[in-house]
Amino acid sequence: MNYVADVRALARKDLLLELRARDTLPAMLLFVVATFVVFHFSLPSGSSKLAASGLLWVAIVFTALLGLGRAFVPEREQHVLDGLVLAPCDRSAIWLAKGIATFAFLAAAEIVALPVFALFFHGIGVATVAAVVLADVGICSVGTFLGAMAVATRARDLLLPLLFLPLAIPIVVGGVGASVVSAPGRYLAFLALYDLLFGVLCWATFEYVVAEAQ
Amino acid sequence: MTTAEKYVTAAYCAVFAIVLVYVVLIALKLHRLEREVGELERRRSAEPAVEDERETAGVG
Amino acid sequence: MNVVGRSYRIPLPALAAASLVLVTTALAMAFYVVPNDADQGFSQRVFYFHVPIAFTAYACFAGGAWKAFRHLWKRDPNADLESYVAVHQGLIFGSLVLITGSIWAKISWGHWWLWSEDQLVLFLVLFLFYSAYFMLRFSVDPGPQRANLSAVYALFGVVLIPVSFLAIRIAKHFIHPIVFTSNVSSNLPGWMLVTYCVAQVALLVLAYTLYRVELSGKWLDARIRELRTA
Repeated sequence: MNYVADVRALARKDLLLELRARDTLPAMLLFVVATFVVFHFSLPSGSSKLAASGLLWVAIVFTALLGLGRAFVPEREQHVLDGLVLAPCDRSAIWLAKGIATFAFLAAAEIVALPVFALFFHGIGVATVAAVVLADVGICSVGTFLGAMAVATRARDLLLPLLFLPLAIPIVVGGVGASVVSAPGRYLAFLALYDLLFGVLCWATFEYVVAEAQ
Repeated sequence: MTTAEKYVTAAYCAVFAIVLVYVVLIALKLHRLEREVGELERRRSAEPAVEDERETAGVG
Repeated sequence: MNVVGRSYRIPLPALAAASLVLVTTALAMAFYVVPNDADQGFSQRVFYFHVPIAFTAYACFAGGAWKAFRHLWKRDPNADLESYVAVHQGLIFGSLVLITGSIWAKISWGHWWLWSEDQLVLFLVLFLFYSAYFMLRFSVDPGPQRANLSAVYALFGVVLIPVSFLAIRIAKHFIHPIVFTSNVSSNLPGWMLVTYCVAQVALLVLAYTLYRVELSGKWLDARIRELRTA
């Protein structure tokens, strides 16, 4: 019960901070719409409808990266992370809370982005929306985890995309597959498998990422 | 394989083998270095601690 | 902290000599003993090395993850460096997979790269992933945190390997409707099987030798530094 309370408190903190600062979410929204416009100009005429579907997933991954890059910045700059680590809560609660908050931001951005995509390119089916939800879980769990790792290094913003993109490849495969193929069940199941495997791994190993010295 | 191909392959295999001979030589050198460093460590820990050269002075 | 390193049963020169003998034998067998493949001809011989090298790379990554696990859970003091060296060897052998695979692709299909070859694409993803391992490791100052971050990342790697492989397989349904014939036939007759096994053992021994060589060099560095400052 305590664990849930910790997660709720931490997630609430992040959401409140964003609500007051209002910098990350508008930036993500603007970024994703701008990316769609760029896509329009980068798809030569005669490109299939499928190419646009693929590009949707590229946009989602890079928009998520934008949000993830900023996820742990306040914690690092204000040394909040040290305080959180010293607090008597399970360290994985930090990861879960941050992941939930990031998921909220990403979902909020997508609620705008998907209709815009439908407007610019072509309609979106139920399978695509389901895939987006499942993919978001994976992106946020792995991305938050790697964000915490990147924040502990010197390279920081340079490192997060490098760490994240190889792990994002299966998510893109699952997402594009579900959007494009007529029988998306297999791809949605694959996304769920990814979420389960990496979710458990992140949850189990997060304490080693924030532990200072052992 | 024609005779020419056989010789070319043999040449490549010989080059590979020579590189691996080099690895063997490095391994021998590392082995020797490990032994020597181990001995240095043993000698260092067996040595009595070097006495402080400063004289003791009475205080007070 | 005790900087001595582990003592091993098999001495390094013996290992190196064994890998010399085994690899040379494997090469000789692959080129002189084994007959030409009926379907693919001479170029099929690259598989006596391409596939064992791939398997060796997987073994190195798995070894790295095992050492990473030992570092995190058992606090084994040597495990961090061993994990790092294992991942390093894995990356080297992984690069060799990409190179030999690319050469085979050029010979067989006329292109230097084939997206239809699952193993090749998987190694490309793993190459990106493990290259980032080094970027991660070298942007943190040496210490317990660097060891922890590296170890956790190495664990992510082994989970990524099967997940990526599955992803690549199911991606083929919407990326490449054409399926090329597989490279290695599953049943290898007679001498082909023997040669393949010899090559596999040879490369595993070679990888282990190189791993021990690199580890030995690093431990010696650390011990000499400690002797100098003590």
